[in-house]
Amino acid sequence: MKTLLLQTRAALAVTFVFAVLLCGVYPLAIWAIGQAVFADKANGSLIVDKSGTIRGSSLLGQNFSGEQYFHPRPSAAGASGYDAAGSGGSNLGPTSQKLADQIRDRVAAYRKANGLAADARIPADAVTASGSGLDPHISMANAELQAPRVARARNLTEDQVRGLISANTDDGTLFGVLGRPGVNVLKLNMALDGLL
Amino acid sequence: MSNVDWFSFALYVGLVALITRPLGLYLVQVLDANGKTFLDPVVRPLELLTYRLMGVDHNEEYDWKRYTMAMLLVSAVSCVFTYAILRLQHVLPLNPQGLPALGEALAFNTAVSFTTNTNWQSYVGESTMSYFSQMVALTLQNFMSAAVGIAIAAALVRGIAWQSGEALGNFWVDLVRIAYYLLLPVCVVFAVFLVSQGVPQNFRPYDTARLVEPIRLADGTSVETQSIAQGPVASQVAIKMLGTNGGGFYNTNAAHPYENPTPLSNFVQMLSIFAIGSALTYYLGRITRNPGHGWAVWAAMMVMFVAAVVVCGAAESRGNPLHQALGLAVADGNMEGKEVRFGIFASSLFAVITTSASCGAVNAMHDSFTALGGLVPLFMIELGEVVIGGVGAGLYGMLVFVILAVFIAGLMVGRTPEYLGKKIGAYDVKMAMLSLLVLCGSILGFTAWASASEWGTAGLNNSGPHGFSEMLYAYSSATGNNGSAFAGLTATPANGDIRYNLTLGLAMLIGRFLMIVPILALAGSLVRKKVAPPSPGTFPVSGATFVVLLVGCVLLVGALNFLPALALGPIVEHFLNLQGRMY
Repeated sequence: MKTLLLQTRAALAVTFVFAVLLCGVYPLAIWAIGQAVFADKANGSLIVDKSGTIRGSSLLGQNFSGEQYFHPRPSAAGASGYDAAGSGGSNLGPTSQKLADQIRDRVAAYRKANGLAADARIPADAVTASGSGLDPHISMANAELQAPRVARARNLTEDQVRGLISANTDDGTLFGVLGRPGVNVLKLNMALDGLL
Repeated sequence: MSNVDWFSFALYVGLVALITRPLGLYLVQVLDANGKTFLDPVVRPLELLTYRLMGVDHNEEYDWKRYTMAMLLVSAVSCVFTYAILRLQHVLPLNPQGLPALGEALAFNTAVSFTTNTNWQSYVGESTMSYFSQMVALTLQNFMSAAVGIAIAAALVRGIAWQSGEALGNFWVDLVRIAYYLLLPVCVVFAVFLVSQGVPQNFRPYDTARLVEPIRLADGTSVETQSIAQGPVASQVAIKMLGTNGGGFYNTNAAHPYENPTPLSNFVQMLSIFAIGSALTYYLGRITRNPGHGWAVWAAMMVMFVAAVVVCGAAESRGNPLHQALGLAVADGNMEGKEVRFGIFASSLFAVITTSASCGAVNAMHDSFTALGGLVPLFMIELGEVVIGGVGAGLYGMLVFVILAVFIAGLMVGRTPEYLGKKIGAYDVKMAMLSLLVLCGSILGFTAWASASEWGTAGLNNSGPHGFSEMLYAYSSATGNNGSAFAGLTATPANGDIRYNLTLGLAMLIGRFLMIVPILALAGSLVRKKVAPPSPGTFPVSGATFVVLLVGCVLLVGALNFLPALALGPIVEHFLNLQGRMY
């Protein structure tokens, strides 16, 4: 019985000590270092326009549907998509009728919007929802197919648009290894609007 | 899988192999009460002060019963602590969004989930948990449950190697030394690295961004802003990966760009999941004075890992024929639920790593994997997460299979089975089998119950065999203390039904403690035995024959237990998918 009491005291004390050190001192130290050295990143890589208003984060996607904008991937986060306070994927499985219906509609809409042939193959990322619902990127192939539409809507040459695409491509890979490069849709559209 | 994918894969396996020995040597020092590390000048005084506050004599050694008691006590106390914070969230600080307290069932499920190193999330982090709850209630368990797992593994290894009569080490010393010398220092470096990649670390209220293009909704109203969840994310992500906890700060875990912003952050997170588990195999070889045995266990794990990655990667890059018939580019593979910056392979690799280990963090939605691609993570969990496995849990789980393997080998040659010179008796095999059967019984029993109940099928997001897979995955994940999910399953329904949260919580408790207690009993039995010198009839526990036997045991037990259930879920779904059937 005495052992049990002594051990319980040890359990209580170690919980308290760990809470102070590992849940107080440790995160606060990372906070202090982060704010001192990488303040922009530690605060969520927010994008602020010329007037000082927060317009989004370079890590988080936003909805775009106008023809003068590049369109992001479909999003299952929140009621209208890209809810950065409620991330989520569709979680629809491979034999889901609902998912297949969604993809069929999106393929048709994508072909129509970008003036593609009725049998054109569509980049998979353009018609599938991401895991987070906040994917900031689209694939290079997807951006390439949208470029003529955006150029036409803005009276720009396709080369001008392509220049902006490559300027706003995030390639976090090491020589192509570890992951894939992606075109950052929010940054690209803000560059097109002259907001950056 | 492309050449680049193969190269990434080789790079990953190579780096894990490289980490194993140096980190293993460091573990030898950490897990020795008198070990020497380069951190001693700073950490040793803090360590001794902690013992004084706890009132424990750090020179005292515990037998298996006392070791178990201490482990159960600290798990219980910290679980109540976590539960209390979640229930009192609304009156505690660092809650800029004014989030309400969690209900009883959800708080129970979450507290148990984090105490058992499962980190199943029945909640949406960004709309449920205050910064204080994340930082204190959940992070405490991320450290505590990881340290407990490593301590148990160390106690079992000592039981195998030592001939001390009763002593297995001092639980408190193990717990404190693991947290102070191993987890905390690595996390500090890791978390700073994560911030440098873009993982937030702040206490800001959620930011409001003015959308570049407002969204016009069908009812004529428009959405002008995007609310951006913030928080002290980096410090929590570091320990959730290193400690194979896996509980995300946000709902979508490591798929969320704030938790895992770049391909590099993704790669380092994958390495950190395997780092300690892999190093523990070296610790095993070192402490048992049989380095070849440690590497043989490592090799057995890696054989299964490589095979699983190849199957999962191939299935995902082949994609879904149903979707490809609708006009998707075939070469792109299955992108539903995956992020562009990771692509197919880094998502498949992550899925296998997180389920081989009992991590459970996800960088893609397993629910949306192809049938065979989703089968792999599910099967890896059901093998008992012994492929590297959770920190500590992977090693002690694998050692159960080692006991089984030498037992079977002993039966085949007609000799009393022995393991590293210790005779394996009926009691030892009973304890080993008990921990295996508990796992199987909990997974299949709860799945059967849920799939035959209205409350079980009400929580599903998919119909047909995939719906069954969602339930099977849920109870496999909970019992295996993994925490990943076929996340379409809703365990906290709007109608307030608590049966998912309760049964999943029970499965987690069974999978953790009904496994650990027999294992500590096994350690207690082994440590009493004398080591006999090897004879010509001794079955060697290193080398290729042993690796084959061990892999065979793991696969045989896994397949016999779970193939019938898997046939009703992902396997039948694969063939239906090929036939074009939908639900």
